[in-house]
Amino acid sequence: MSTPFTIKGRKVVGGCFEGEALVTHERISGWGGIDPRSGTVIETRHELKGISFAGKVLVFPGAKGSSGWSSQFHIARLAGVAPGAMLFNEMTAKIGLGVVVVHAPAMTDFTEDPLGRIRTGDWVRVDADAGIVEVTPQQPRPAQPIEQPLDRTTRPPDPS
Amino acid sequence: MRLLDDEKAMLAGDQGPAVQKAMDLLVRYGEALGARYLVNTRNVAGTIGATTPFLRHYAEREGGMDAVFSEFNLDSAEVVKIPRVKVPSSHLQQGIDPHHAERQGVSEDVVRIYETGQAYSSSLGVQPLNTCTPYQVGNVPVKGEHCAWMESSAVIYINSVLGARTNAEGRESTGAAMLTGKIPHWGLHLDENRRGSHLIHLQTDVTTTADWGLLGYWVGEQVQDRIPVIEGVTHQPNLARLKHFGAAAASSGGVEMYHLVGVTPEARTREQAFGGSRPSTILSFGEAERRWAYEQVNVTARDAQVDFVMLGCPHYSLEQIWEVCQLLEGQRLSPNTELWLFTAASIKHLADVAGYTRIIEQAGGHVMTDTCSAIGRVIPKGTRVAAVDSAKQAHYLPAIMGIQAWFGTTADCVEAAIEGRWQGGLQ
Repeated sequence: MSTPFTIKGRKVVGGCFEGEALVTHERISGWGGIDPRSGTVIETRHELKGISFAGKVLVFPGAKGSSGWSSQFHIARLAGVAPGAMLFNEMTAKIGLGVVVVHAPAMTDFTEDPLGRIRTGDWVRVDADAGIVEVTPQQPRPAQPIEQPLDRTTRPPDPS
Repeated sequence: MRLLDDEKAMLAGDQGPAVQKAMDLLVRYGEALGARYLVNTRNVAGTIGATTPFLRHYAEREGGMDAVFSEFNLDSAEVVKIPRVKVPSSHLQQGIDPHHAERQGVSEDVVRIYETGQAYSSSLGVQPLNTCTPYQVGNVPVKGEHCAWMESSAVIYINSVLGARTNAEGRESTGAAMLTGKIPHWGLHLDENRRGSHLIHLQTDVTTTADWGLLGYWVGEQVQDRIPVIEGVTHQPNLARLKHFGAAAASSGGVEMYHLVGVTPEARTREQAFGGSRPSTILSFGEAERRWAYEQVNVTARDAQVDFVMLGCPHYSLEQIWEVCQLLEGQRLSPNTELWLFTAASIKHLADVAGYTRIIEQAGGHVMTDTCSAIGRVIPKGTRVAAVDSAKQAHYLPAIMGIQAWFGTTADCVEAAIEGRWQGGLQ
């Protein structure tokens, strides 16, 4: 374990959650991009294809694609496979509505880019009401962040 | 967020529990966005049907269509009685075509749910346009009109081509807008957010509908959710071309608005399109970019034998149906290949009257309405390989249905339907 650190941001949806981070540098499509009944990314060329976000702290740039975004994540919530919290950079109507109907803590407008600081597997505590994200890195960090490819082989496609 | 007196009254429940839930959602949503206030709208396009499997089961379990509207259109677990819509509202595409249910592999139970939903929707006063292209069948917003639309291909069309104003709303926010006539005043409702970010020079001729689809797919990948300004249009595009362009750009990226200099209403000049600012990024679209887009939209395609040709994403115009008729007339489809065209019911009516439907049926094809393969998850049984003329459908259908998809021109697709094999290629 290396030293925990904190990132500040703006509450989008209030509440607290802690769990493992799932980080992607690619935007996520809702309709046609996820399977809302298993909470898994299905988009053909997506780096998270086959990976589940259920119960994770999903860290991603933002939403793309169909305006079915909110209803797909809404279904994921009712199916019990929505992310536990969502941290994202780019506010759009699609993602704003999407995180509102997921009811999980969500934040944006960070003081520093969470995509540059948080890695998949890190332990993250989100307190959206206070506007604080506490990150406990799973691996020691090199001085300069380096890009690491996701290891798909160790991750089951669907934990449900 | 600042609320007007009528909005405060709605939030207090003065107009009943459904309107109260609607206003509560709009306030939560507006505050999430960082909106300062709501804007009035008298043009909503959304969806309230329950034909997809998850919603069908929800309707059965939770007590019918009011329960579906409460949860999926108002984000309310409490079931409230839904009143008539307050402002003109259009229904977008549905999950099935009730007149081709058997061919689509849809059971009678699901047709009954569709009919229940249709009757419910109509009883609320929602217009049964049942298409992803309301602008093709009479709901044509004017420049500056504040709308609350979902369906990414329609949102980008009315913002860019018509100069109307909407964000890419969702099922829940359009439901709330139907009952209140309000939507957050944010994003593309404001002048300063409609200006271009990226300048794109066309360095190759973009002429056919397929060309426009490829350009859109590349542009979306490049600009993601920003606003591209495209310069160097040599061939005047029509409705079908801009429909395919926007649908593609909204699929590969999240583009909700674009400008074509000299063509679209907020871009008489490059300067107007950028609102006096400078582009953040300047890009060129030439042959290499066109080939890249072609390869990306064909990334799932391997086997030349085509089982299914799907046309009508977004829903075909009458002109596009006629184009298929001309390509098909006097020929028969391969016995191993199905051809389904998708359009709005009112356009199909005209195709019936004009004799176009008969030409397509005589060749062995079918003209279907209300849905499409990706939305309804309806494809012929046993389909392994599809062919489409829509970059949007090529993007989504393989992911949703686990099949391969070829993308090409409409003529490539019709040829594949006749020969049973894909013979297309980048022209």
